Amino acid sequence: MIWAIAAILFWIGAWALNVYLSRGKINRRNKFIIPFLFGVTILVLWEGIVVGLGISPIILPPPSAVAAKFATSIPILWQDFVQTFVKGALSGYFIGCGSAFILAILIDRSPFLQRGLLPVGNFVAALPVIGIAPILVMWFGFDWHSKAAVVVVMVFFPMLVNTVQGLTQSDHMQRDLMKTYSANYWQSLLKLRLPAAMPFIFNGLKISTTLALIGAIVAEFFGSPIKGMGFRITTEVGRLALDMVWAEIVVAALAGSAFYGIMALIEKIVTFWHPSQR
Amino acid sequence: MMKNLIAVLTVVFAIIVIWYGATYMMNKQWTLDQAERAGVSLTASEVFKDTMAQERPQLPAPHQVIIEIWNTTVEKKITSKRSLIYHAGITLSSTSLGFLMGSLLGITLAISIVHSRAMDLSVMPWIIASQTIPILAVAPMIIVVLNAVGISGLVPKAMISMYLSFFPVAVGMVKGLRAPDTMQLDLMKTYRASAWQTLFKLRLPSSMPYLFTSLKIAMAASLVGAIIGELPTGAVAGLGARLLAGSYYGQTIQIWSALISAAVLAAVLVMLIGVLQNVTLKRMGMLR
Repeated sequence: MIWAIAAILFWIGAWALNVYLSRGKINRRNKFIIPFLFGVTILVLWEGIVVGLGISPIILPPPSAVAAKFATSIPILWQDFVQTFVKGALSGYFIGCGSAFILAILIDRSPFLQRGLLPVGNFVAALPVIGIAPILVMWFGFDWHSKAAVVVVMVFFPMLVNTVQGLTQSDHMQRDLMKTYSANYWQSLLKLRLPAAMPFIFNGLKISTTLALIGAIVAEFFGSPIKGMGFRITTEVGRLALDMVWAEIVVAALAGSAFYGIMALIEKIVTFWHPSQR
Repeated sequence: MMKNLIAVLTVVFAIIVIWYGATYMMNKQWTLDQAERAGVSLTASEVFKDTMAQERPQLPAPHQVIIEIWNTTVEKKITSKRSLIYHAGITLSSTSLGFLMGSLLGITLAISIVHSRAMDLSVMPWIIASQTIPILAVAPMIIVVLNAVGISGLVPKAMISMYLSFFPVAVGMVKGLRAPDTMQLDLMKTYRASAWQTLFKLRLPSSMPYLFTSLKIAMAASLVGAIIGELPTGAVAGLGARLLAGSYYGQTIQIWSALISAAVLAAVLVMLIGVLQNVTLKRMGMLR
């Protein structure tokens, strides 16, 4: 009980500190410290309440138990990470985004195809595409190939819609200028329209990072070899070893954030000229 | 408008043609194997006919799926466990509960973020970070754990939908509630309006276009959440359960019909919000 009260007191104290900090000047340091403090208080509150109220680890393991499990089972976690993320999600991500990008460039030359494909693509992008997972597992087998296929289907349409939209972003004046330079189609595509499309393309790429990870993990629910993050989560839930499940969630969260972060970093380098980056 | 319709129809037609072609290519092997075992040789047209009417095809032909959907919706009683409408209804109920909870949570969060700088600085980064966690992967755990606590049925599935749908609403509403410009906010100040009055008379009305856009995304997301939430319940009921049962027993036609009905459900729900958006914005005079 004393633990829970101490945790709540800590939370109140940290929140007061956050309120005080956010009243002051917002510099880079505070912009990092305030959310960091909030994250720490959540962890402390979690630990304190679970330990203090004696909640069974079968329902909610405390963060310390998760950290301990994480440290002792790094080989298994690494093996699952390679199977699901590197083999399944990454390869599917590159194939899916690459082919969507190429198709977008191809249909860019035909206004007819654009008018026809864009509404269909928008429609498909809003559908529960993940439902196609059991079919693809049936077609491509249990190993990572089927997971990559699910990822390809999931990331394809958001990427296609974003790229096609991005290619229309250059305005009339700019295109006229290219014409007065007597630039041909490919020159104006490479020098004007693709760079102008980059914010949209990176929007698609960033949305796709999360979708890729979700697709690869959920596809494993429908059948997988005896490794992989989705496999581990379902089997460990069955054994009620929730500390392992949470360790796997930590891996997924770290991988997802790092993947997103890398894409955001590349975006920052490529689209340095865009108002949102300045 | 007419031009667009023709273009869309052409693309849809092309997809159907490709689908039929793929059906032939993928089911051919099985037909030929069967014929070889029976010791008969088939003509090309017989092979084609057989690929279109297998019981457990690799890829069912579109008309097979449509017939299956017709059989399991119109021909069956709604209360029957084999009726797709029954399963869609179960998915719909957890989708809409999760959607409601998620939208309310999102709007509440957005309002507190707009009004408190401490909330903005400490919670907002975590809201964005929360979406890099593939929550769908955690769905089985949430279901099992909530079951252990004694909560079962609709609520656990709705929780997953809620987690997926609160994010677009929160982010969109923060943008929407900040949409009024300084002039308008200053005017409210000269009227000596309190924070609540500003919220209800200025901020909320001007956030409506943002709200509806994010509600559409949230609706699609919460349907996905509900379907995934049904997977670990052991294939009892719902569209997700149909998917899982179909994949266990190799009933491809059943998988495809569940998939298509999920797609139709998503389209109808999103369209409903679109209609609501048009009516509301028109009455508010924001639609030109």
